[in-house]
Amino acid sequence: MKTIFNADRRHLGPALLFIAPNFLGFAVFTAGPVLWSLVVAFSNWSILKTEPFAWTGVANFIELLGDSSFWLTLVNTGYLMLGIPFSIAGSLGLAILLHGKLRGVVFFRTLYYLPCFTAGVALMILWKALLNPEFGPVNHVLEGAAATLGADGWRAPTWLQSTANLLGLEVEHVGLGLRQWGVGARDAIITMGLWTAIGGNNMLLYIAALSNVPEELYEAADIDGASGWQKFRNVTWPQLAPTTFFISVMSLIGGLQGGFETARVMTEGGPAGTTKTLAYYIYEKAFTEFRIGYASAVSWVLFTLIFAITLMQWRWGAKNNEE
Amino acid sequence: MSASAKPLPPTFVRLPRLVALWLIAFAMAAPFLWMILTSLKPLQEVESFNPIPKNWRPYNYSRVFEQIPYARYYFNSIFVAVWVTTLQVFTSALAAFAFSRLVWPGRDSVFKLYLATLMIPGVVTMIPNYTLLVKLRLLDSYTGLILPAAFTAFGTFLLRQFMLQIPRSLDEAAEIDGASRWQTFWLVVLPLCRPSLVTLGVFSFLGTYGSFFWPLVLIKTEGLRTLPIGMLFFDSAYGKQTNLIMAASLMSVLPLIIAFLCTQRLVVKGIQAGAVKG
Repeated sequence: MKTIFNADRRHLGPALLFIAPNFLGFAVFTAGPVLWSLVVAFSNWSILKTEPFAWTGVANFIELLGDSSFWLTLVNTGYLMLGIPFSIAGSLGLAILLHGKLRGVVFFRTLYYLPCFTAGVALMILWKALLNPEFGPVNHVLEGAAATLGADGWRAPTWLQSTANLLGLEVEHVGLGLRQWGVGARDAIITMGLWTAIGGNNMLLYIAALSNVPEELYEAADIDGASGWQKFRNVTWPQLAPTTFFISVMSLIGGLQGGFETARVMTEGGPAGTTKTLAYYIYEKAFTEFRIGYASAVSWVLFTLIFAITLMQWRWGAKNNEE
Repeated sequence: MSASAKPLPPTFVRLPRLVALWLIAFAMAAPFLWMILTSLKPLQEVESFNPIPKNWRPYNYSRVFEQIPYARYYFNSIFVAVWVTTLQVFTSALAAFAFSRLVWPGRDSVFKLYLATLMIPGVVTMIPNYTLLVKLRLLDSYTGLILPAAFTAFGTFLLRQFMLQIPRSLDEAAEIDGASRWQTFWLVVLPLCRPSLVTLGVFSFLGTYGSFFWPLVLIKTEGLRTLPIGMLFFDSAYGKQTNLIMAASLMSVLPLIIAFLCTQRLVVKGIQAGAVKG
């Protein structure tokens, strides 16, 4: 034991030197801030110094629970995350389409991957123009198609300017209503998200996973006379389960903390706050109202939410793998 | 699939697949095509149904540079991204070496601390970092843009995983030959993990180049804006000039497209090995 301990000691000096630059930065800009924000979450700290600093206990958390705009952002975040299963299914579909012998596979893969790789403000501005109700090409095409079908008076959705949504969620209060049923800003953001994501990283992960499925399994299924769907259901899908699990964990984490950039660029959170997500709410509290204590509290609520959902997903995933 | 063992599928099986592939390809490419064509139109043609310009206006591109300090945004974005990438890759490689090659007391606890922070949403650290930079008087500066992004637990984690795959016998041989630890790191381990260094480099460049939240809250001076922020303000101030906006958007994604085409093989492999932080 003693010699091993000495060997450890021999490495300690150089190890500290190697790790120092990264660790210092990590401590100052990641680990330290995490602890600091947990402490500040229990205070009224504000950069504007509108009131004297005080420890306020759980006051921030109580205020949050009573803030209706917080609940709206929570609903919005959940609504936008409804796109996730479609996005994952789309990625899997594309991966299956690209899997196997195909001429020009790199060409198609590159093209499908392009929106994900270039995603960002530029593409959001592009989509804002595409969905413009007056001169955007999307509505040109939709209204043109409606006219050829004989529905001349049909009006295409106003997309980013509309609070309507496919679930019929009300805006002012929690509830459902036919009045709000339609296609609106949140659906537009989901649509753009699908276009960006289905050919993206998840598709590449599925392509890699598909090529790792043992050939013998398909051969055995062939011998048993399995149909294409049966092979997918009983061979491909179970074999892809770890990948699907990883992708859905990452998508949920991303979805819960996402949506700020899209909303800031495309709608500034509107119309009527229907595209503001939790991240947007935190941004407003921290960087337009400069209520650092309150914003820190909300960011910890978001973190707890992410942690709890991920934990539940792990439990559920572990249970399913045992079966 | 055991396609080689079977006769080629008949055309009526392959045709739907090809049609689907091309339809999706069109759906992916169409917005980009519209962006390119619109960027070449005169303003009065932007609203027309016809996507092809009647009068071609290539000098829309030079007009972008006249209307806003676009070259400056370009420079700022690339300057910041190159700095962040260099620092991230270098400090991550150093730390990864200590985590994967050296045995020292407390190593695993420190590594667990690194791992634990990977789950924390960026916004949790951004608020304290902002207040810290206010105190340090680094708001509105290149240093403020670069420094907080330069040290990542994620990069350390990624490179450590790669370094663990390199056989230990190589550094033992180097040590017997009298190499110092620095020489082992610099001359033996680093060259062997070049692919993973490039992968991390591409992702940190991409992440910084497209970074939005941090520069948005940090930068107030126009001359320090990066491309995403410059584009945001260009869009809200000149939103009616869709042709120029599209020219600017296209120019801002061009470096990404070029970077992707150059590093495609490594990037795809890197993602498939799990090199992306969701």
